[in-house]
Amino acid sequence: MNRQIRRLGVAMMVLYGAIFVQLNLVQVLRADDYNAHPANTRAVVRDFNRPRGVIQSADGAVLAQSEPTEGRFEYQRVYPEGPLFSQVTGFFSFTFGNDGVERTYNDHLAGHRIPLRTRNLVDLLLDDVRTANVTLTIPRSVQEAAAAALGERRGAVVAVDTRTGAVLALYSWPTYDPNVLSNNDQAAARAARELLLADENRPLALRAFRERYFPGSTFKVVTAAAGIESGQVSRDQPVYPPASEYVPPLTTRPIRNYGGGTCGGNLLDIMRVSCNTAFAQMAVDVGADAMTGAAEAFGFNERPPLDLPAVAASRFPDAGFFDQNTPLLAQAGIGQNEVQATPLQLALVAAGIANNGIVMTPHVMAEIRDDQGELVERFQPQPWRQAVPPDAAAVIRDSMIEVVARGTGTGMQLPGMLVAGKTGTAQIGSDPPRSHAWIMGFAPADAPRVAVAVLVEGAPGVGDITGGRVAAPIARAVLEAALAATADAEPAPGGSGQ
Amino acid sequence: MIAAARRNTELGLIVLVTIVTTGAYVLASLGRTASLPANVLPFLVAVLAMLVGAHIATRKLAPAADGILLPLAALLNGLGYVFIARLNEDLAGLQATWTLVGIGAFVLTLAIVRDVRVLDRYRYTCMILGIVLLLLPLLPVIGREVQGARIWVRIGPLNFQPGELAKILLAVFFASYLVEKRELLGRAARRIGPVAMPELRHFGPVLLAWGLSLVVMTLQSDLGSSLLFFALFVVMLWIATERASYLLVSGVLFSAGAYIAWHLFAHVQLRVRIWVDPWSDIAGEGFQVVQSTFALAWGGVTGAGLGLGDPRRIPIVETDFIFAAIGEELGLLGATAVLVAFLLMVGTGLRIAIAAENPFEKLLAAGLTGIFGIQAFVIIGGVTRLVPLTGITLPFVSYGGSSLLANYILLALLLRISDRSSRRAEVVAAR
Repeated sequence: MNRQIRRLGVAMMVLYGAIFVQLNLVQVLRADDYNAHPANTRAVVRDFNRPRGVIQSADGAVLAQSEPTEGRFEYQRVYPEGPLFSQVTGFFSFTFGNDGVERTYNDHLAGHRIPLRTRNLVDLLLDDVRTANVTLTIPRSVQEAAAAALGERRGAVVAVDTRTGAVLALYSWPTYDPNVLSNNDQAAARAARELLLADENRPLALRAFRERYFPGSTFKVVTAAAGIESGQVSRDQPVYPPASEYVPPLTTRPIRNYGGGTCGGNLLDIMRVSCNTAFAQMAVDVGADAMTGAAEAFGFNERPPLDLPAVAASRFPDAGFFDQNTPLLAQAGIGQNEVQATPLQLALVAAGIANNGIVMTPHVMAEIRDDQGELVERFQPQPWRQAVPPDAAAVIRDSMIEVVARGTGTGMQLPGMLVAGKTGTAQIGSDPPRSHAWIMGFAPADAPRVAVAVLVEGAPGVGDITGGRVAAPIARAVLEAALAATADAEPAPGGSGQ
Repeated sequence: MIAAARRNTELGLIVLVTIVTTGAYVLASLGRTASLPANVLPFLVAVLAMLVGAHIATRKLAPAADGILLPLAALLNGLGYVFIARLNEDLAGLQATWTLVGIGAFVLTLAIVRDVRVLDRYRYTCMILGIVLLLLPLLPVIGREVQGARIWVRIGPLNFQPGELAKILLAVFFASYLVEKRELLGRAARRIGPVAMPELRHFGPVLLAWGLSLVVMTLQSDLGSSLLFFALFVVMLWIATERASYLLVSGVLFSAGAYIAWHLFAHVQLRVRIWVDPWSDIAGEGFQVVQSTFALAWGGVTGAGLGLGDPRRIPIVETDFIFAAIGEELGLLGATAVLVAFLLMVGTGLRIAIAAENPFEKLLAAGLTGIFGIQAFVIIGGVTRLVPLTGITLPFVSYGGSSLLANYILLALLLRISDRSSRRAEVVAAR
C-alpha cells in the first residue's frame, strides 16, 4: 500500500505542478494580452482613478487636465479650452472610450509607458504612477485665429509648418465640447452625445482630417506636377491655345470654363486663372498612369501618418479605372468626379510644393515630458514622401504665386510678403448655386514656413471666384497668425529645445 | 519527546499564522478604504483565541500528532476569511461563526474519536448515512437548487451542503470495506499483457461507485462531487489492492461516463464549451471564466495588492472562484503560496498514511488526504482553466459552512491517526 501512497503523492505533485505552469501562463506570459483585451475594463477603470498627464498647446495653454472629483471615479478629465481644441485633444470618456491625442498618447498620459527611474528598492515597491504631459505643436493663438476666421461656417482649417510637418492649426466648425462627452456621469454623457448626433451639422465629424471632399481646382496643382514630371509641361511650354471648351476623346460632352470664359497660355497663365480646359487637356495628354502616380506621390490613397486616430485617406482612382474612360480622366484633372481629398491632404500638397517637393510627416505632438519635467520623447521631423522633384516644385510654386498676385487668389495677399496659393470650387448644387469653397497655399513663398488649406462647405455661388472670395480671407488670417507664431522660433520641434 | 517538539512547533506556527492573518486583514482594509479596521484588536484576539483553543485541544487530546497540519489549515482559513471579508462584508460574520463551529467540531472529533479504528465498526452506518446525505438534496421541500446544482439542503434558517460531510463518511466506509476485501479484490485471476486482472465479478463495487457518481451527476447536476466520489473510491481501491488494473478499468469507465454525459446533458456540454473556448461568448456563457482569467492576469507576479484589485467582477467569487481573487490581489506569488500550502498538507497527510501501521488507518488517511488534494486541484484547475470548471469549494478557503465543518473534521481524523502512529513509534524506539 505504501508504494501506491507514494505514487499518489507523486501524482499530486504533478497535478499541482501543472497548475503552477498554468498560473505562470495566465499571470505572466499572457498577462499583457489579457490586460489589453477589449472586454477587460480593469485598465480603464484604473486609469479613471489615477491622475493623468496634461495636454498643452505650443504656447503653454492647458488643453486637458485631470481634476480630483467626488463620485464614481477619483478624477474628472477637464478641457479648459472647450470646443476650440476638441478635434485635436479628443476626449477621455469612460462611456465612449477616447479619441484624438488622448488616444494616440494614452500610454504616456496614463503613465503606462513612462520609464521608471528606479533609484532604489523603495521606488520599485512603491509602484509610483508616472504620468507624462504632452505638448502640442499647435499654438493656441493660431488655433484661435483659425476658429475666429472660419466663424460659424461649416468648414475646416489646417495649417502646417512646411519645414517640419508640425501642425499649427487643425480646426473645423461645427465643433463640440469634449467636457460633455468626458463627463464621468454616464447618463449625462450619453444625453450629450445623443444631442450631438442629432445635430444635422454633424459636430462630431472631424472635417479637417476625417472627411473627404471634391478638391475642385486646387487639384490642378497635382495635375501640373504630373505634367511637369512627364516632361510634357514646363514653365513656358506648351502654350495652350485660348479655348472656351475642351472635348475629351470618347465623348461629345465638352468641359467648359466657369462662366463660359475663354482661357489659355502657358502653365503660369492657366494656373493664374484656373483654366479648366487647359488642365483637363493636360490630364488627358499625360495619361492615367502619370496622373495616378502624381496624386499618390502627394499621398493620395494612403492615410497621412498624422499622430491622431482614424485619419482618412484621400482618393484618386487607379490608373486602370481610366481605361476607356478619358472623359473621367479629364474631369479628374480638374479635381472632380472621382477625386476626393481631406483638408489635411491639401495642406500637405501645399506644404510639399513649399518644401522643395518634400512632404514632411505631419504631427501634432511636439514633445512629451514626465511629471518631473524630464524629456521623454520629442518628435523628430522626418520626410513623409518626395512628391515632386525640387525643380518641378519651383515651377509650380511660381504658378501659385501668380494665382495670389494676379489671379483668383488675390484675397490671400499679405503686405510685404510673397504668398503662393490655389483656389478651388466644387459645385454641389445649382438651385441655389452652392459650392465647397477651397483655398490652399503657403507663405512666405520665397522662404516658406507655413502652409494652409481652408474649406468652406456649401458656400453660396459657383466658380473659382467663390473659393477666392470665401476661403482666401480665412487663409490669410490663419497665415498671419501662424507666421507670427513661427517668426522667431526655430522650426518648432526638433530644435535646440527650451 | 516527539510530542513536545511537535506541539511547540505547532504553537509557534499558530502565532505566525495569527500575525500573517491579522496583517493581511489590516492591509485589505487599508487597500480598500484607506483606513485601519476598527475591530483589529478584537480580530487579533479572536483569531488567536480560536487557534490557541484548537492547539490546546490537540495538546491534550492528540499530543503526538503532526504539528504543521493545523497551522496550515489555519493559514488557509485565515486567508480565506480576509478575502471573504474584503469581498462581501455580509458573509464575513457568517464565515467567522462557521470557523468557530468548524474548530469546535475539530475539538469534538478529537475528543470523541479517541481511536480511529472504532469507526471500522460503524462501516455500514457510515455508508448509509453517507449515501443518505449525498442524496438528501434530491428530497422535495428541504432540497434546494442553487446555480443549477441541486446540492443544498435547507432546514429552517440553515443552508447546508451535505455532500461535504458525505465524503468523510464514505471515505470511512470505503476504507473499512476495502481493507476487509483487499485480499479478495487484489487476487489476480489472469494477466492481460503486463497487467494482472482480478476476477470480473470483483469489478462489481467499481461499477456500483461509478453508478452512484452518475446518479449524483445526473440528478444533482453536480459534476464536481460526482468526479470527487468516483476518484476517492478508485484511488482507495487501487491503494488497497495494489492493482493498477483497477485504475485502468476505472479510467475507461470514467471516460465512457464523461462521454455519455457530454452527449446527454446540456450542462456538461456547457462546461466543456467554456473550458475549450470561453472567448466566443465573453458576455454570456464564458463570462465567469473570462473574468477569472482577467483577474489572474491583472494580478501578475506581485498582485494588485490586498483590497486594491477588483475581484468582485467575478460572479460567486466568495466560494468557487476565491482563488482567482487571491491570484489578482496577491499575484503569482500569493497564488503559489496557497498552492504550496495545499501541497504541504497533502504531503503531510500522505506521510501520516505511510506512517500508519493499521491498514484501515492507513487507507483512511490516504483516502481523506486524496479527496482533500483532489478537491483543491479540481477547483483551482477549473478557476485557472487548466481543467473544465466544476463548482466545488476550495477547502478551508472558500466561503461555506459545510465545507469548513467537513474539512476540520477531516483534519481531526488525520491528526488522530498521526497521533497514534507516532506514539507507537516512540514506544518502539524506547524499547
